[in-house]
Amino acid sequence: MDNRTTVRSQPDRAVKTNPQTDFLTGFVGLMTYWLSGELLVGLLGINLPGAVAGMLLLLVVSLIRKRVAPAVSQASQGLLSNLSLLYVPAGVGIIDHARLLTDHGLGMLVTLVLSTAVTLAVTALTLKFLLARRREDS
Amino acid sequence: MNALTDNPALWLTLTIAAYLIAVYIHRRNGHSAHTHPLLLSVMMLVPLLLASHTSYARYMESARFIHLLLAPATVALAVPLFANIAHMRTMLRPLLIALVVGGTAGIASALLFGKLFGLPRDVLVSFSPKSVTTPIAMALAEKLGGNASLAAAAVLVTGILGAMGAERLLHWLRVRDEAVQGFAIGLASHGVGTTRALHISHKAGAFSGLAMSLNGIFTSLCLPALLTIWPL
Repeated sequence: MDNRTTVRSQPDRAVKTNPQTDFLTGFVGLMTYWLSGELLVGLLGINLPGAVAGMLLLLVVSLIRKRVAPAVSQASQGLLSNLSLLYVPAGVGIIDHARLLTDHGLGMLVTLVLSTAVTLAVTALTLKFLLARRREDS
Repeated sequence: MNALTDNPALWLTLTIAAYLIAVYIHRRNGHSAHTHPLLLSVMMLVPLLLASHTSYARYMESARFIHLLLAPATVALAVPLFANIAHMRTMLRPLLIALVVGGTAGIASALLFGKLFGLPRDVLVSFSPKSVTTPIAMALAEKLGGNASLAAAAVLVTGILGAMGAERLLHWLRVRDEAVQGFAIGLASHGVGTTRALHISHKAGAFSGLAMSLNGIFTSLCLPALLTIWPL
């Protein structure tokens, strides 16, 4: 507690830390951004996932404040460091698509191979061209 | 036996255990893309479900507690984006143009080739966000009439393809600037590609992470509109 009060007494940009509750504070913060995003999307009637709207809200707030709240940053790191775990339940859902895989497996794979190659090539060549042109200009 | 299979903790525990084993194997294999923890976890869990005659719906009753965390994790993606956004300052316009052109090419090529190979409509919708990070792609697929599991599978395969083949393709196209390499890899193959880009250099990794976040936002904003005008 002492530690918190001394930190708080510093003017401006005081960073309050409390290891016991920081993760939860940050987690509640992320959940609040998500729910706000859902609310915003519902109110505006736009076809955007609420969580993505929440991400944009957090980004805008961070850009305005020029920093991310330490608790939010900590909770984010906790979630993102094991991000792959979070899509395992959805990944297991492939079990319900056995029929689709036998019927269209090859077509799906070839589609992904070609599309990935096109995306890589178009992005890289566009950016390379733009940067080269800019270098010529200057 | 019922006491165990009826317990909501069972599949939750098995999912996390499978993931931990997968991470261990992935680490032992030098973090190579084809031992991605998601791929290995699914390969461990699917046989368990089949052997125990557990339906996916039943599995999800327990595993949905993990699934729920995807939304706050998606919000959390703003934190690395905020950290990387400084890289944009010097070349804002070229990066944004490359984002729009490359992002659109990613969606359109998936829809075009998919149609060419006769894939059903819900597969096309699920594949269209295949270049963006899994939580965003799944949310988009679900929202736009596709399927979250198919989207997750498409995203994973795209990531593995990008991580394995991108450097060779970019070398062949004579793209040598590490910023350009990283940006293309992140835009086309999200986090799995970004992990690979970090092996090229720190600079490539930063641009890859930036491109991944930007394409997540771009695709979220333009895919709903594009799908309404696209002849599926």
